[in-house]
This record gives sequence, structure tokens and C-alpha cells, in this order.
Amino acid sequence: MNDRTIGRAGFLGILGAGAVGLFFARDFTGVLDRAVPRAVSSIVPTSGWRIYTVAGSMPKIDPAAYRLRVDGLVEAPKSFSLADLKAMPRAEQVSDFHCVTGWSVSNVHWAGVRIADLLESAGATSSVSALRFVSAEKPYEDSLTLEQALLPDVMLAYEMDGGPIPRPHGAPVRLVMPEMYGYKNVKWVDHIELGTTPQPGYWEQHGYDADAWLGKSNGLSA
Amino acid sequence: MSRIERFTRTERVLHWMHASAFFALLATGLILYVPALSTLISRRNLVKNVHIWVAVAWAIALVVIFVAGNRRRLADDWREIETIDRDDRRWLRGRRAPQGRFNAGQKINALLTVAFALLFALSGFFLWLGERDHRFLFAGTGMLHDILTFLSVGLLVGHLYLALIHPSTRHALRGMTTGEVDEAWARKHHAKWVEAERLASAHEHPTP
Repeated sequence: MNDRTIGRAGFLGILGAGAVGLFFARDFTGVLDRAVPRAVSSIVPTSGWRIYTVAGSMPKIDPAAYRLRVDGLVEAPKSFSLADLKAMPRAEQVSDFHCVTGWSVSNVHWAGVRIADLLESAGATSSVSALRFVSAEKPYEDSLTLEQALLPDVMLAYEMDGGPIPRPHGAPVRLVMPEMYGYKNVKWVDHIELGTTPQPGYWEQHGYDADAWLGKSNGLSA
Repeated sequence: MSRIERFTRTERVLHWMHASAFFALLATGLILYVPALSTLISRRNLVKNVHIWVAVAWAIALVVIFVAGNRRRLADDWREIETIDRDDRRWLRGRRAPQGRFNAGQKINALLTVAFALLFALSGFFLWLGERDHRFLFAGTGMLHDILTFLSVGLLVGHLYLALIHPSTRHALRGMTTGEVDEAWARKHHAKWVEAERLASAHEHPTP
């Protein structure tokens, strides 16, 4: 090895390790967690939730004044208070949350209402085949087909990890769709429109893949 | 006080272009990454677009500098940077050893900066593409981009300390702003380089 190859070998070694990191760096989450002092990791996330918002500020919704409007293909448009939602059959689940930007949170406890129960209370007609979830955070929205929305682990959640959903996570009500990436899990949902075709959601209008099922390529599974 | 040219215009333009892009990418990147800033600034799509377009502008500027600049000089720089000779290895072990135009620490800083820039571009590209086509969403892309940020900020802090504060090295900042450094300083800190320059110029202008 001559003088010049030492520098080049080091350079190429780092490049190679980095390229391998595209596939395996996720395994370093725990290492980074331990290596970064708590004072730093309280500011800079090394693991856990990250909060992404698209409007100027997060919606602040008074739970007592909250109303969920359901309209479109219904017998008559209806509004539900938080108490109305809590009076419907309560569903609970533990599921993982995967963001399309690469981070995940395992074992999130959710409680809320299954979509089938909501549709029944709202008086949905039999022609419904798509649901458009509109956020109080304008202009965020996203849609699911009826078939997707009726999967057994999809819910409109009002509790997270044993308490009311915190504001950054979509208080008071958010959609939970664990088999798809996080951008389908609309926060601060205050309007559901029932229709026949799914509308492109906010990020899909900005180039995101409409096929948001957790991929096989990235080692994730629902 | 006589001066000696250390960096040509091409090298200085490359340095300051990269530095400006780095700061713009760091600022927008931190808004996207640090929760307190993300929720304060919000408007994720806008910030994200600025981040991506700055990265694209950086790549274009890089190509322009390579095409329109002094390529031979850049090739010489890279050859010097890659060459970690016996004196460099002694220097890295904390011994006194004469250094070339770049000392061993500067060489390592340069090698890491180039490697990190390429890996930032690679992981950034796959972050962008992966959102658009989930087949290209690899498990480690985001974490790699994050780890590079931590490492680069560490490198930057060291670089700024040596360039702005540390008494024996801060004179080098002149070289990156005006292109020239004090010859007496250079003789002390980069003896092999000054000697090589002297021999080269003696060869070009032999005294009768």
C-alpha cells in the first residue's frame, strides 16, 4: 500500500460503509440512542415520534366544542361530538407506526371507533366506496377506499397510549391506518366525506406514492 | 511581509459555494428534523422544497465549477489530499513532522467532507425517490442522512474552531478569503509545501 492508496482506501471505505448504510443504518437506531446524550436527544430525535405539519401552526381544538361532520353519500349529513364517538363501540389495538421518511414507532396503544360502526351511525348509503378524511389543518386531507377503511386495524382514534390524543398527534381525533405509511393517518380529522372514488391526498398531490402500503423492499411489514 | 498563494479562485469558489449550500441545507434540514423547530415553523412542504432545490443547486454549481474552473488545480488538490505520507502519519500520532500544503488533519477533514457530501446526496436522493416510489424506500436511508448530519456538524464545529479561534491555525482563514497566506507562517506550518514552491520557482526562474 503506497502513501496515496491509504487516503483513497479510507475515502472509498467510508463511501462503501455509507452505501451499505442505506439498507442497514436503521439497525443503529439503538446505538445512536445510547451514544447521544439525553440533553441532546430531548431536542434532536434519535428515535420515536417526529411531528410533521404542513400549515402555519397546529390546529388547537377544544374537545368540548369538537364536531366531526360526516356528509356526502349519507341519508342526511350528521355531526358527532367527542361524546357521541365515545358512545359508539370502543375498539382498542396495539400497532406500529411507520413514517415514509424512514422512522417508526412500535407498539402504540390506540382506542377509538371502527369505521364500520361510524358508517352505520352516520347512515351511509350502500353506494359508498371511498372515504375522504379532511383535517382541521388546512389543506391536509387523505382518502381510503371503503375496502381499506374496513380493514380490522383501521380506526378513528381518540386515545393514544392510555390518554387523550395529544395535540401534536392530532387531538382530539385522528385516523389510524397501520398497514400504510404515516401520511395516510390523517390528524385533527373534523370532516369525513363519503363518496365513490378516493381523492389524491395532500402529499399525493405533492408527488407521494398513492400506493402507501408498507413496502416489502424496506424490511417493514404490517 | 511576503505572501504566498495557497488557494486559487477555483478552490475558493468551490469552498464557499459548498459552505453556503451546507448552511442553507443545515438550516432547512434542522427545521425538518428537530421537532421543536418543525412545529414552530411548520409548512413542511415549503421547507422541504427549499431543502431539495438548494441540494439541486449545489449539485449544478459543483458541475459548473468543475467544467469552468481550474480542473488541473482541483486534480492536484485531490492527489495531495489522498496522499497520507510517512510525515502525515507521524503528525497524526502527535509527533512533529513537516507538512505539505495541507496538513494531515486538513486532508482527513477534506476526505470526510467529500465522502459525506456524496453520501448526503445519495441518501437524500433515495429519501426523495422513496416517497414517490416505495420500492426505493430502503430501511436505513433516513437514519444514514441523520447520522451524516451529526457527524458533519461535529466536523464543522472543529473546522470553525481551527479556522476562527485556534491561534496557530486561524491565520489560514486568509488563504481561503484572499487566496494568500503569510510566507513565514506557511514556512512554519507547511514547510514541505513552501520548500517545493521555492524549488519550482527556482527551476522556472534560474538565477544566473
